[in-house]
Amino acid sequence: MEKLIFYILAAVILVFSVLTVTSRKILRAAVYLLFVLVATAGIYFLLNYNFLGAVQLTVYSGGIVVLIVFAILLTAHMEHKLDPVKPIKGITAALLALVGAAVSIFAMSQYPFTARTTEEAPYDIEMIGTKLLSYGENGYVLPFEVISVLLLAAMVAAIIIAKKSVSND
Amino acid sequence: MIEGIGVFDVLVVSTLMFFIGVYGFLVRKNLITILMSVELILNSVNINFVIFNKYLYPDMLQGYMFSMFAIGIAAAEAAVAIAIILNVFRKMTSIDADNVDTMKY
Repeated sequence: MEKLIFYILAAVILVFSVLTVTSRKILRAAVYLLFVLVATAGIYFLLNYNFLGAVQLTVYSGGIVVLIVFAILLTAHMEHKLDPVKPIKGITAALLALVGAAVSIFAMSQYPFTARTTEEAPYDIEMIGTKLLSYGENGYVLPFEVISVLLLAAMVAAIIIAKKSVSND
Repeated sequence: MIEGIGVFDVLVVSTLMFFIGVYGFLVRKNLITILMSVELILNSVNINFVIFNKYLYPDMLQGYMFSMFAIGIAAAEAAVAIAIILNVFRKMTSIDADNVDTMKY
């Protein structure tokens, strides 16, 4: 059953990824990206990583896709169609991607991954909160603080960049 | 752990997703679609971290935490990128990567 669900999610991810990069209507591409991100959250839920799946749903498919849709609506018309890809460019890029994927998958198929069945670390929300704020062994308080400063800097930078300059024409 | 699914199966999915993103990055001209391709790439890398954490090191949380931080950084990156794109649009009335060459020479 889980296997079947995984295959469905994988198919959704692959099909909608391809549609995201090939669709000529930009708003549709954004919606296809939303499907990809939701299916990824599905994989996280399937792995029992509930909190990560929730973060993926809220931040990625909730926040980022809405930002992208806003940007699209501010910069393009609804009916705007992107120019078709030049054949030579498309073929070169597709070849490059295919070769890269083939090499990577070949290399990975050679490596013997052995899934370990040791006892799983507890990953309920309480545990994650404790880990995020602990500074002992396996504590993540430094990256947590660094990312909070980064988010603040990004927020200020986004406002400064996007606001209309007063003096400029 | 997903029954009947190994590390390799998930890695194939995420690798294909990564290279679909690379294809989109190379082919597209519109800055927003390029940003969407980058999001695809970041997302596939997150899947990798999570799957390695779950299958190979189930007694630790490194991959979990790393992908959580990566999601946060992706959000920051998208916000700044969209601010830049909107500014470019305001200055040049087009967001094709070809037209954005003011700082080139």
